[in-house]
Order: sequence, then structure tokens, then C-alpha cells
Amino acid sequence: MNFNLSEEQNMLKDSVSRFVQNQYDFDTRRKIVDSREGFSRENWQTFSDLGWLSIPFSEAQGGFGGSVLDTMVVMEELGKGLVAEPFIATVLLFGGLLSKSSNSADHASTIQKIIDGDVQGAFAYLERQSRFETCDIKTTASKNTNGFSLNGEKTVVFNGESADKIIVSARTNGEQCDQQGISLFLLDANSNGIEKTSYRLMDGQRVANIVFKDVQLSSDQLVGELDHAAPLMQAVIEDVMIAICAEAFGIMQVLNQTTVEYTKTRKQFGVAIGSFQVLQHRMVDTFMACEQTQSLLYRAACSSASNNEEALKDVLALKVMVGRAGKLIGGEAIQLHGGMGITDELNVGHYVKRLMMINTTFGDADYQQQKFSALSNA
Amino acid sequence: MDTKLSPEDISFRDEVQAFLKEAFTAELALQVNNSKTFKAGQIEWQKRLAAKGWAAPGWPTEHGGAGWSVTQSFIYETERSRVGAPDVVPFGLKMVAPVIYGFGSDEQKQRFLPDILNSDIWWCQGYSEPGSGSDLASLQTKAELDGDEYVVNGAKIWTTYAQYADWIFCLVRTDNSGKKQQGISFLLIEMNTPGITVNAIESIDGHHSLNEVLFDNVRVPVANRIGEQDKGWHYAKALLTHERTAIAGVPDSKRFLNELKNIAKQETCGGKALIDDPMIQSRFADIEIELMALEYTELRVLALTAEGKSPGPASSLLKIKGTEIQQSIQQLRLDLAGYYGGAVTDDTDQLGHAFGDKARSAFMYGRASTIYGGSNEVQKNITAKLVLGL
Repeated sequence: MNFNLSEEQNMLKDSVSRFVQNQYDFDTRRKIVDSREGFSRENWQTFSDLGWLSIPFSEAQGGFGGSVLDTMVVMEELGKGLVAEPFIATVLLFGGLLSKSSNSADHASTIQKIIDGDVQGAFAYLERQSRFETCDIKTTASKNTNGFSLNGEKTVVFNGESADKIIVSARTNGEQCDQQGISLFLLDANSNGIEKTSYRLMDGQRVANIVFKDVQLSSDQLVGELDHAAPLMQAVIEDVMIAICAEAFGIMQVLNQTTVEYTKTRKQFGVAIGSFQVLQHRMVDTFMACEQTQSLLYRAACSSASNNEEALKDVLALKVMVGRAGKLIGGEAIQLHGGMGITDELNVGHYVKRLMMINTTFGDADYQQQKFSALSNA
Repeated sequence: MDTKLSPEDISFRDEVQAFLKEAFTAELALQVNNSKTFKAGQIEWQKRLAAKGWAAPGWPTEHGGAGWSVTQSFIYETERSRVGAPDVVPFGLKMVAPVIYGFGSDEQKQRFLPDILNSDIWWCQGYSEPGSGSDLASLQTKAELDGDEYVVNGAKIWTTYAQYADWIFCLVRTDNSGKKQQGISFLLIEMNTPGITVNAIESIDGHHSLNEVLFDNVRVPVANRIGEQDKGWHYAKALLTHERTAIAGVPDSKRFLNELKNIAKQETCGGKALIDDPMIQSRFADIEIELMALEYTELRVLALTAEGKSPGPASSLLKIKGTEIQQSIQQLRLDLAGYYGGAVTDDTDQLGHAFGDKARSAFMYGRASTIYGGSNEVQKNITAKLVLGL
């Protein structure tokens, strides 16, 4: 049993950390987020050159053959820099579905384009009514003579505005909330019958609602098996949950560190406010919350990497803790920074908003806790 | 990073399971769980462990330690707690022994360690005083040198199992002139020395484990002092760090939580099992998730220790979180027991709710856990200073 990073992982960590330190200071990030796409194409190419975009893909697919642990290392560092480039949407979600699908060989050229930084991708899985249930799908792909006809609307599609290609979850069989009868299709974002409405989430990322009207699909465009895509979708989301929790862990460390430093320098009543016991104890609480999050992150990542039967339970526990600890750490960071904490100028609020979006993504703490209970009490 | 068990680990687990099955019998379980037979049962259990070489796995191997890896210790603790076998009473094996083998003379090591390992001596801890709780270094029990003996006067309090003890290890003041941490010495005192009085303190659970120990001109040979005079605080501090790690109590909390789930599946309200109540589910999940995290926090600390690094300030975190979890479990058990959580009887079996009495007494005595070993508030002060640099 050991909790040390491998030599390779340490190099990966240093590589991302150096990028954040040298090329991603807060002002630069702010300009990037405010740009039209909300991320920098130039940075994306850098990510490709540095090999980061190849990490989760197998060597046979032209990738680095990394595990959940390697992704974790990268995501923690990206979190520290509040990096806005759509690594999650394009590489982990979109790429993850392609590489883990039963017909991944059919999608080899798209995977290669991801690795080369030549394609932006998105996974359109949410709908207006679905909230956190990924199997609640009204969008239909109905069979016709040439293949399928896609109709419906997907909401809050991460990277939906910039994506060149989109994977859509659609019902090819069964009732609205059935696990069975879900299929995934890969399509070009400029296909006939697609209409997008783009907007921004509070963490700065650009998303889109996408309407599909009689979009014609062929069965070549299937990702995974017809009618049986739910397990693929869930497996990929499980991995990505660990990744965004690693990002959250990076953010939590920055928030705690920034807050402790601030209370050492901010003086009121003639002394540094960090000398007040009531504040010290609150910062110990946030420190412990961060340590506990790290422990569950390592637990979930290790059990996922070794296909432990408890992996899903560990991931759900992690997601709950990230939501709860994030709320505590974010709230205290703002409170202890006083008036400055509520300014847009200070980076604290931006880190907090990303933590809030991470809590919501793939289901918030309350939702995941119910799933955890069902699994744990069974 | 890897938490998978190796084939050697798995065969070790089999060995532990086989040992526990044979050594921790149903009869022994009854004995240790009854307050009247607790002492004899506990000693018997520890002797069986000693015979296997597992009474003090953490000791250096030359003194009888087992030389286990972090993973092996984790496996042992998990399996032990799974069958409900108690941990060893810590005062001898986990508290005074590390001070003796760490700082004692060769003569002291030979004299005390074998008896401790074999549970032939019952120890208690003389630290807290009526005027010195979390501010332990302010202690005033005095030891004055008179020839080759110290004359000890003063009072110790909250001394667990002093009524059973053969020996007490004490922090005493040998010098009052400098900083309060200086001038403290570490003495080993035989409980039957003339001048020692033990007064029982009944606690809010209705039981007697705590005591006041009074010293009236108690004469202690200088040979019973550990290390140098006036350096006792240094020796004790090393031990306190260890104490905080040990009282996280993760494996036992895991077992209790599983017990509670079974209770919540059996107990009903309005014909529905309590486990199906969303409020109850939420409380279980909160505790279980914190506990799953703490289990790995402890493993991370142990892995550091195994690499020769000190657990240091991280042990405060284990103490705070561990005891908070213990209390949440006690609260949940009491709430699940409903009215029977109030029943004061030795025989709750007869009432059909065997867990009622335990729920009450564990809850009440459990209030102590956030107070002892340095109160949780003091742990937060330590963490703020040493970890956060505030």
C-alpha cells in the first residue's frame, strides 16, 4: 500500500504546474474566459504538444495509456490554475465515450484528432426535465429507411458552442426513464437540422442548448451498442466524476492557502486577524475538510484503477464530500476575506464559482448521497 | 499509488482470520463485555495475543514487535474489529512501553517490557490533575529528591482503571523555576506504595472507570525515573502524538456503524424499517462518508510513518475527526433505541432491546472522547499553529 505518485506522474504534475505558473496567471485567465469561445485555441495546441490530450487513450489508440490516477494528477493541477480549456468536455467525456465504446476502432480517426488537438467535442446528455438522471431521455432517434431520424432538445451541453463533433444520447427504444433503449450517436455539429443557443455558466465555461430536428443519422454513427449505451455512459461519467473531484481538490487547496495567507497579513484592531482563535478554528475546519477530500479522492481513484468492487460506492462518497466540503471551504474563503471576498476582482470568488459548478455537475451532493445510501444499505 | 492487497497480504489476512476464530471465543467475548469480568477477560485476551506474538505489533522487533507493514496493521485492525474483539488496553502496551523502549535505561527495559508484553502488569496513566486539564504542562504534583528517592505529593485525576492498576506512570514537577514545560519528570510508581489513595469517580454513564489518585509523601526510587530529571515533558510529548493517532478508532467505528445498520433494518416506526426513513439514511451516509475518508487519512498518516516521517500534527486531525465520528455514531445509536435508550438495567435482553443500555452508556461516556487526549479545541489550536502557521 502506498500513496506516492510514480516518477511519470510526478513529471506530469510538474508539467501542468509549470504551465499554470508560467502561462496562466489570473489576469491571463480572465482574458481567456472573457473571449468569444471562453478558452484559448493556442493553449489547446500547447496541451496537445505537451501530450496531455493523449493521456486517457490507450497506446493502441495512439495515446499515453494513462489510468484514472494519471488523469487525477493532471486535473488537480488544472484546478489550481482554474484552467478553462475544455479538457473535461473534449478529452474526458467525448473522448472517453469513444475510446471506451465497444466499437472504438470505428472512431480511431476522431480519437487521433482529439490527441492532435484538431477537434473539439461535446457530450449532449442533459434535457430540460432530466435534472441529474442521465437515463431520463425524451430525445428520440427513430428508425427510417436510411438509418435514424433524431429529434429533441439537449441542454447545458459543455463545450457545445465550440464543439466540431457531438455525441448525443437518444432513445431508440423503451420508455422515458428506462435504462434500456438508449443509444449514443456521433454527429457533426454543422449537420442539417441542428440549432444551438449558447450561453455562459457562472464558472465562465460556454455551454449550449441544442435542438435536433429531423437530423438524419446512419448506423455508422453509433457509439457503442444500439439500445445498450447506458452502461457505457455511466462508466465514463464515473471516471469523469473522479476527474472533476480532483480538480475540486486543487481548487480547495488554493482557496485554503489564499485564505490562511490573507489572515496573516490583514490587520484589524492592531493585529493580524489570523491571530483570532475563532478564525483559526474555522481555518482548521477547512483544512480538515480538504484533507478528508484528498483521502476519498485517493480511495476512489485507487479502487477505480484496480476495478475494485467498491469503486462506485467510493466515487459516490467522494462526490458527496466534494460538494459538502466545497461549500464549507468556498463559503469560509469568502467570509474570511471580508469585503474583498465579494469582489469580482479577487480570484477567490472565481474559484468558489467553479467549485459550485463542480458540485452540480453529474448530480449534486444531495442527489449522490441518496444513491450512496441505496448502494450502501442494500 | 496503489492500495491493492498483494498475495502475501491476502495470506496474512487468512492467518489473522484463522487466529481470531480460534483465540477470540464466544466465551471470551462475553467475559470482556461484562464489567464484572472485564479485567480478567481482557488480560486473557492479551495473553493469547502475546502467545501469537501480536500483543504489541508496533514495538521494535527486538523487544517483541511483529514488524508488520502498514498494510498488515490495517488488515489486522480491520479483521479484529470485524469479529468484535477488543483492542488491547493501551496504557501499558501502547502508552508507557514506547517511552520505556524509547528513553528508558537497559535495566528498565529488561524489568518492564516483558511483563507489559505478557500483560502481567496493569498500568494506568497519571497525567491530568484537578488544576491541569488541556493545559497539561501546568501540572503541580511535586516530586522532591530525598537521598535516592523522590517524595511525591499531589493529586492526579480522570485516571482510567486506576482501581485495577499495579503501576502508574506519572508526570511530576521536579522544578518550578523555568518555563512550565521544563522541570517535569517521568516517574513509574507502584500502586501499592504507602501513601497512595484511589478514590472512585462515578461517571454519567453510571459506571466506574475513572478515579482520583492522591499521593501523600509517596516514596519512589530514583531508579524508577525515565531518562533525565526535568526532561519528562519531552518524553511524554512523543507519547501524546501516538495517543492521538490511536484514539481515532476507525476500525471500531466501522463495526459499530454496521451494527447500527442492522438495528435500523429491524427497528420499525409505523410498520416501516427505520433504515427506509430518508432522515435516518442521511445521517448514516454522513457518518459513513466521513469514516471512509478518515480510514484513508489514517492510512496516509501511517504510510508516512512507515517511511520514517513523523505523523506529527496530522495526528490532531485524526483525533478530532475520529472522536466526532464516534460521537455521531453514539448519538445515532441512542436515537435508534428510542425509549429503550433511556432504560437503566443490566439486563436489556429481557426487554427485547439488548442495545438500549449500551446505547445510553456509550453515548454518555462517549462525551469524554472530545475532551480527553487533549480536548478537540486544543487540537485545533495545535493544528492552527503547527500546520497553518497561524
